[in-house]
Amino acid sequence: MTTLTVNGVDHRLDLDDARVTLLDALRDRLGLTGTKKGCDQGACGACTVMADGKRILSCLTLAAQCEGREIITIEGLGVDGVLHPMQEAFVRHDAFQCGYCTSGQIMSAVCLLAEGRAGSDADIREFMSGNLCRCGAYPNIVAAIREVAGAGGGHA
Amino acid sequence: MREFAYFRAADVGQAVATVAADPEASYLAGGTTQLDLMKDGVLEPDQLVDITRLPLRGVVREGDTLRVGALTTMEELAADPTVAGRLPFVREALLLGASVQLRNMATIGGNLLQRTRCRYFRDPTVPACNKRRPGTGCAAIAGAARMHAILGASEHCIALHASDLAVPLVALDAIVRVRGADGERSIPLTDFYLLPGDTPDRENVLVHGELITAVDVPLPAEGTRSGYLKVRDRASYEFALTSAGVALLLDGGVIVEARVALGGVGTVPWRAREAEDILRGAPPGPAAFRAAAEAALRDPFTVPGTAFKVELAKRTLERALRTVSGVTS
Ligand SMILES: Cc1cc2nc3c(=O)[nH]c(=O)nc-3n(C[C@H](O)[C@H](O)[C@H](O)COP(=O)(O)OP(=O)(O)OC[C@H]3O[C@@H](n4cnc5c(N)ncnc54)[C@H](O)[C@@H]3O)c2cc1C
Ligand code: SF4
Ligand code: FES
Ligand code: FES
Repeated sequence: MTTLTVNGVDHRLDLDDARVTLLDALRDRLGLTGTKKGCDQGACGACTVMADGKRILSCLTLAAQCEGREIITIEGLGVDGVLHPMQEAFVRHDAFQCGYCTSGQIMSAVCLLAEGRAGSDADIREFMSGNLCRCGAYPNIVAAIREVAGAGGGHA
Repeated sequence: MREFAYFRAADVGQAVATVAADPEASYLAGGTTQLDLMKDGVLEPDQLVDITRLPLRGVVREGDTLRVGALTTMEELAADPTVAGRLPFVREALLLGASVQLRNMATIGGNLLQRTRCRYFRDPTVPACNKRRPGTGCAAIAGAARMHAILGASEHCIALHASDLAVPLVALDAIVRVRGADGERSIPLTDFYLLPGDTPDRENVLVHGELITAVDVPLPAEGTRSGYLKVRDRASYEFALTSAGVALLLDGGVIVEARVALGGVGTVPWRAREAEDILRGAPPGPAAFRAAAEAALRDPFTVPGTAFKVELAKRTLERALRTVSGVTS
């Protein structure tokens, strides 16, 4: 049995098959479907989660590798049903159309602020470049991040 | 993806012994190449030995050498103060590669061992690929070769080594420290990679089971300026079409030391020694820069898809030299 710590809760998983990625474990075994599968090959960022406070791609991480790590997903950002400031800003700025990339964008954006890299629009674009948006909501995504950065935080 | 067994190594000796004893086993570091190619069906190990918990992480300065643990991530190395202060082109090459998420996962050892992005190599349904299946031919030569190599290539394989980091590291004469079943050895990065020739399936001098434990990076002399210029099809999160890593030490209007390496063009990270020889002792300026660029790109092996890279690579190097030297005319 493998213990995965997700959003502060320990889950005991029977990883009978070593091929199970963190992404598949989250979605298919723990029912946490907020994290999305886009390319499943490290190219799009839809599957971004935090491991020990750092943003990573859950599609190229084996679930077995995450034993003992603190995983945070989009479901773990809000507290007691209150949205995280970054989630609120995405809603306010209409920073999505279909919404498929959004949880990855938000996870990445929260980390971007924690990394201290949201100093300018150019920096936001550069350090968010691992999150693609097929709908092209980029201007609104940048606006949402800029607003939270300007308000001084929203650290995870 | 084929089924495999997962094993988390408790220490370096156990990791090496496990992989050395099993010809079908592979190391797993950040997984950003290994799992990607397993999903494609290109790599099919029967066992993955997870090395990410081994104590091979971190950067230590020992005199004029920076010892980089093989499991240090790309983001961690980019954030190191000595790298920022003394090795700007290493930092730039790191931060211009992949994305933050990938750089938080990808390790320095894994970066040096990343496999080519050749689309025919990555697609097992393509029959012709000498690297994947020796003796079958090369689909890229008459195919889509925009992301392929023009230096060190052969009619058997034109696959690019796409690491950005390896470019400044070959320029600096970095040393790869390796541990195998028979003990330790040190390999200069400039001797580490093998040209494809007629055995493109053999990419480096490691024997099965050898583990990279660290990379030693000699620090250039105080006052050395350096820069990494990456030219690509989109502004970020893209591999290089061409790139240049340059380190120059200027004194009294003359280049006293020059290190030059190119990315995006070589089947191996490409050290341009002839260009260095031309620059060393010359006054920085357009004449020396053009001559260096001509020398660096002498005798390219081009196919229709890659022919444009020759001039692009020359101009990439010239611009990098202008930027680093501050001499623009
Ligand atoms: C979408 C995408 C974009 C990318 N863009 C760039 C880019 O712009 N520039 C760039 O330079 N790179 C880029 N990369 C490549 C990336 O940098 C490499 O995949 C990464 O550095 C590999 O490191 P890893 O730790 O994930 O290695 P892994 O995938 O874990 O391992 C790679 C290989 O090395 C072996 N290995 C790993 N560590 C060791 C060790 N210590 N000793 C012996 N063998 C070992 C493994 O067995 C495996 O065969 C990109 C990758 C992706 C997926
Ligand atoms: S360039 Fe090399 S890797 Fe690509 S198809 Fe040809 S032989 Fe295979
Ligand atoms: S699903 Fe992981 S990067 Fe696209
Ligand atoms: S909102 Fe549709 S992909 Fe970004």
